[in-house]
Amino acid sequence: MPGFEESKRITVEVNGTTYERDVEARRLLIHLIRDDLDLTGSHVGCDTGNCGACSVILDGTLVKSCMLLAVQADGASIETVEGLANGELSPLQQAFSDHHALQCGYCTPGMLISATALLRENPTPSDDEISKGIQGNICRCTGYWNIVKAIKAASGQEVGE
Amino acid sequence: MLLRDVGYARPGTTDEALSLLAQQSGARPLAGGQTLINVMKARAAAPDVLVDLNGIPELKGIELGSDGTLTIGPMTTTSEVIASAEAKARPILAEVCSQIADVQVRNRGTIGGNICSSDPTNHLPPLLVAVGAEMTVGGPSGERVVPAEEFFVGVYMTAVGPDELLTKITVPPGRKDGFASVPVGKDGTCIVNAAASANGELRVVLGCVDAVPRVISPEAADVDSVRAAVRAVELDPPSDVHASGAYRRALSEVVAARAVQQATARADS
Repeated sequence: MPGFEESKRITVEVNGTTYERDVEARRLLIHLIRDDLDLTGSHVGCDTGNCGACSVILDGTLVKSCMLLAVQADGASIETVEGLANGELSPLQQAFSDHHALQCGYCTPGMLISATALLRENPTPSDDEISKGIQGNICRCTGYWNIVKAIKAASGQEVGE
Repeated sequence: MLLRDVGYARPGTTDEALSLLAQQSGARPLAGGQTLINVMKARAAAPDVLVDLNGIPELKGIELGSDGTLTIGPMTTTSEVIASAEAKARPILAEVCSQIADVQVRNRGTIGGNICSSDPTNHLPPLLVAVGAEMTVGGPSGERVVPAEEFFVGVYMTAVGPDELLTKITVPPGRKDGFASVPVGKDGTCIVNAAASANGELRVVLGCVDAVPRVISPEAADVDSVRAAVRAVELDPPSDVHASGAYRRALSEVVAARAVQQATARADS
């Protein structure tokens, strides 16, 4: 039976690259991603699990990485905003640009990751389904309208002006 | 945020988890972490060691018995309940789970965590009392079964002892259930919530108004009887930044009546 450990060597795959790191048990996943792996696209907004700026996809599931310990991600595959663009913007990122779905941009990495998870599960979401899908992500600039529009446009559905 | 130093273990079975909990005082089980990690950040809880329950398959999953009884593993996430074909046997479960917080929290937060944190504003404690659920608690000396009504013993306190674990939640069959709440924003923290079950005897349970869910027994299901029954228990709800005690008391009648209305309006099958 495994005993208690204060720190542990873990392996995670992030956006297709495998990393091995020694981490303390008390380290949050977001700090592993940002500070140890230097992937600073995922943000720390509220650090209380409300704002969603730290959202990542962990083994296919959308989570807030400030409410997980890094040791819990041992062996997991993680997707962050850095994995979306492949030389050029993904259709979702392009739609965010086209529809002015960001102003200050702080929430954008989390919004893009939540929208990515939503569109995988539901490729043609309604406005209500989009609202529910990004419920865990707070944006203090846009009032959300253009974000909903951008996600709808990225899904290939027609959006009004 | 940097947490206080903490030890970590990830057992693969319930027995391993129980012996880890017994090994060290100041040990705490870690379920979905959607409450515990945050209270650890705020130092409101500072366990010495965490026993992560996420690697224990026997604590996950939902089974539907031939008589319609649901057996739910406490480490089942709220998202898994929403998506479960079996859980549809008691439709209110998925309906209420889909009102908890947001996608990310539902994906990680567990049924057992929502119950065992015994936060008076949580959704599932009043619901599980209303539907007559039973909790199986495992410990060093074996298992015991606790009715939901006796499971919640105080704010953040349940019948589960420091060296014990909630291992199973059993929900009897029934479809005529209701749930109503006034939350802070859509799917936010509840100011007052109420669950009702009209499968046989009418049971109404209020949340957010006391340390533990409060059972109300109206004589009939009409609005006046439900309101009168709520008034009769003379609630003394807490005041906070979201609502005064008096406002919570007034809302209690409203949400109780709505929950009952929803329960009685439903078809039996």
